[in-house]
Amino acid sequence: MKDKFMDVFKEALEMEDEKVNFDDALADFDTWDSMSRLSLIALLDEHFEVEISDAEFDDIETVNELFELVKNRAA
Amino acid sequence: MAEIDFQHIGISAMAGAVPKSRIKNREYTKHFSRDAVNDIVDKTGVEERRFAAENQTASDLCYAAAEQLFLDNSIQKSEIDILLFVSQTPDYKMPATSVILQHRLGLPKSTAAFDINLGCSGFVYGLSVAYAYANMPSIGKVLLLDGETRSKVYHPKDRKTGFIFGDAGIAAVIEKNENLGKSTFSLNSDGSKSDLIKIDAGGYRNPSSKSSVEEKVVDEHGNIRTDEHGYMNGADVFNFVLREIPKNIKNTLKRANTRLTDCDFIVCHQANKFMNDYLARKLKLDKTKVPSTIEKYGNTSSVSIPITIVDQLKDKLEGHKILLLSGFGVGMSWASAVIPVCDVSIADIVEV
Repeated sequence: MKDKFMDVFKEALEMEDEKVNFDDALADFDTWDSMSRLSLIALLDEHFEVEISDAEFDDIETVNELFELVKNRAA
Repeated sequence: MAEIDFQHIGISAMAGAVPKSRIKNREYTKHFSRDAVNDIVDKTGVEERRFAAENQTASDLCYAAAEQLFLDNSIQKSEIDILLFVSQTPDYKMPATSVILQHRLGLPKSTAAFDINLGCSGFVYGLSVAYAYANMPSIGKVLLLDGETRSKVYHPKDRKTGFIFGDAGIAAVIEKNENLGKSTFSLNSDGSKSDLIKIDAGGYRNPSSKSSVEEKVVDEHGNIRTDEHGYMNGADVFNFVLREIPKNIKNTLKRANTRLTDCDFIVCHQANKFMNDYLARKLKLDKTKVPSTIEKYGNTSSVSIPITIVDQLKDKLEGHKILLLSGFGVGMSWASAVIPVCDVSIADIVEV
């Protein structure tokens, strides 16, 4: 699931060809904005049937925190 | 539960009007860099929009559409018993714009006229009201007008909303028609989410003041607006749409005893291309049955469904057809309908 999540995350942020680590901060990605949130919402819905609210996105700092939220919610 | 069926009622004629002024989004770089603008346009799919002139209102667009409708069809103004005006950009706070339009259009004083204040769900809601009146034995024709100048609602320095919205108006006549079968409507609301799309000030809760018209930076991205401009929480609106709309469309089809494949056209509110494409994919819609005007008119709120019908389905609604309509947004408010139509007379879009 961790690999699939990373693929989905990179697709949403249009970073398919780049190295992304789980402890990277979301705020450090140039493409992390309101539009990439929409992409992420669509892809998380499609692949994990998980919904993340805007306020939750605001509270998440790292890629791993987002992964943990998705993992817990998908379970 | 507001699920409603009608028999032998339908839309007989439609017309639409848009402002002459055409905004090419990729050249709309006064407040943001060309790269930023191109990114927004690539994702939202809004290449062009129409902007009403400073002194042009939603009712002016509806008036032009209605006059074109009367010109194109053998409908007499004296036959209109009910006039409905759907809009959230009225001419005045009072009186109701529909009443002004009754006089301006030269309709009889015996015409009932009132406004319906809804956004993106407004056309489907308005249509259900029109059907309900048309269903009454003593009522002949209902004139449904739906207009918006959403370009005036959002601030051009707020990139979350400044590149999406446009202006348009339509007119439609609804009346009895023995050739038409069952129409089904589902109407819904969730006021707990009223903060997702909103204009905070300028009403009676937070009256207009010196500070309510001051421009201010509203987020960490540097977006600027006043409290009297609209704002939108795009992420949570999208979450709401994904949660509610596919379910609502499926339930409405079930009640109408109609399969998705039986529908000739599926006309959804034109929110933005990204959202509409994902919704279509999730519902596994046949793309050839899903007309779109998001590229040329942007999001015109309640007008987006009917202006898409007028613009894209003229000449395609001959004979018997089944339309699936779904509008969703500000409120939150959402409505879907499965309606049969037969030989709808659709006028060419007027530019004013």
